[in-house]
Amino acid sequence: MKTYLAQRLVIALLTLLGMSMVIFTLLRLAPGDIVDILFSTAGYVSPSEKQAIMKELGIDRPYWVQYVDWLRQIVTGDFGKSYRYDQPAWEIIRPLVPVTLELAALSIVFAVVIGVPTGVVSAVRQDTTLDYLLRVFSLAGLAMPSFWLGMVIILGLVTWFAWIPPLTYVSPGENFKLHAVQFLLPALAVGYRSSALIMRITRSSLLEVMREDYIRTAWAKGQRGRIVIWRHALKNAMLPVVTVIGIEFAFLIGGLVVTETVFNLPGVARFLVQAILWRDYPVVQNLVMFIAIVVILSNLFVDMLYGVLDPRVRYGS
Amino acid sequence: MAVRPAAIAIPAPPRARTGAGAVLLRFARKKPLGAAGGALILVMVLTAIFAELLQTHDPIATDAAYTLGAPSAEHWLGTDHLGRDIYSRIVHGARVSLVVGLASTLLGSVLGGIIGLLSGYVGGKTDLVTQRILDILQGLPLLVLALVMSAALGPALHNVVIAISIPIIPRAARVIRSSVLSIREMQYVEAARSLGVRHLRIAFRHILPNTIGPFIVLCTAQLGSAILVEATLSYLGLGVPEPYPSWGRMLSVSAAEYAQKAPHLVLFPGLAISLAVFASNLLGDALRDTLDPRLRGT
Repeated sequence: MKTYLAQRLVIALLTLLGMSMVIFTLLRLAPGDIVDILFSTAGYVSPSEKQAIMKELGIDRPYWVQYVDWLRQIVTGDFGKSYRYDQPAWEIIRPLVPVTLELAALSIVFAVVIGVPTGVVSAVRQDTTLDYLLRVFSLAGLAMPSFWLGMVIILGLVTWFAWIPPLTYVSPGENFKLHAVQFLLPALAVGYRSSALIMRITRSSLLEVMREDYIRTAWAKGQRGRIVIWRHALKNAMLPVVTVIGIEFAFLIGGLVVTETVFNLPGVARFLVQAILWRDYPVVQNLVMFIAIVVILSNLFVDMLYGVLDPRVRYGS
Repeated sequence: MAVRPAAIAIPAPPRARTGAGAVLLRFARKKPLGAAGGALILVMVLTAIFAELLQTHDPIATDAAYTLGAPSAEHWLGTDHLGRDIYSRIVHGARVSLVVGLASTLLGSVLGGIIGLLSGYVGGKTDLVTQRILDILQGLPLLVLALVMSAALGPALHNVVIAISIPIIPRAARVIRSSVLSIREMQYVEAARSLGVRHLRIAFRHILPNTIGPFIVLCTAQLGSAILVEATLSYLGLGVPEPYPSWGRMLSVSAAEYAQKAPHLVLFPGLAISLAVFASNLLGDALRDTLDPRLRGT
């Protein structure tokens, strides 16, 4: 177990190193740099002035120096300095993290709360009208862009309830109820999509387990249906479901990018889009790297969870 | 009492007809939802091809006198904030969605497929290193990677295609590799090898054709998400540039601003995206069940 964990950590570190190279290279493919953008509104900028700014920002140095410098920053936990805001990047990002974390956690909760029960019902009532309806419901969730769903939710609220959700961020201390509503709606829009995948995998995995002998034994004993399904079958059907939840967590961040924009929530994901449009290298680089670290850690966590959920899973060897 | 086997006339199994029409008909009967999805995709392809014939107005012509118009006999789905006809824009938007969706799916799947084929066939250290590199690409959420890529490459049609196809590569490579791993051990491959057939020829002539099932399944499964990513990129202003209409861009900031006054601005392009993705998912599911039963329900 310990050696397995060590192995996994080494692989994770190598993967992250590779990712850092990919991210670094991608961002330097961009035509035009921060100096052009910063001064696009100012009209003419003398070349010497431009040179001075590039020197100050450190982007006149060879790429490999910039890369090594960046790696050093990552290792020391230094997020660098934002070109645009002229502030340490971490100071801008830090207040945004709780917003995104709250939204992500709520979305996952929604996804599981909607996805697992509908998946179970769909499997138990396989090939009935209810099953078909639930499957169409989940397929619809996969088809609708979450940002559009968000817009439609807002539109529905405005049309039917003549109520517009707050357009600026409300902190929980200010008005907890409004804060909750402000987060529940986008979480629902994002969670619905993830719930579709969770529903599908719950359904197929439960259907497989239900065919096993020990389930037939449980039925033969005269065990009540609810106990057979929820206690005996679902327990073993959860493994693939947990995998999907882990994978979804990574995809969720993608969903948040647009949802935070639609609902105007000051989160990390919305900030990433803004930073990309501004070509604010340090912020984009570090944010994408941050996302990569979160994804890899969540994958690792899910793998470790296997052993807890299913004692038959053995690591290593 | 011994049971005497009676002379049972075993009816000859009905011969399966193999014409293209018969195959399609059988598919439609067995998988009505999948067939419906396929039909919808076909409608979309035809719409994209014959957009000029189907349009009622010039999709990029503005009309200052008729902005934010509600759906009417003149403008079937209303007009946007610049007075452009939404119906005609949606018809033309099918082109962008389909071209980007199909092109990026094919590009990503073919590149990924070749990588998966070689990696799976060669095996050993090459395979190991390739897998780790694919891990790197797969570690980032599809949208984040596409976002960074399209920002880096600049907003243009071909750049959007590249940006969406890159995240598809590792997924395609995984699927093809796993099917190559099992085919590689089959006897006819061994036979080809013992005959002295060159490796590249074995890989491309003997193994590749047998991965066509998983490949088709993969492509249809990715098509929906490619369309979705294109819409999202365009929505964020990183997709296909103006003035050419794209569904995602039709939903961007301007639509949100006027949504209250003109809800049709938000509703119709979103419905078009959802319907397109829904159709390709239905078709993808049905094809997977038919062509690759091992993957059923995943």
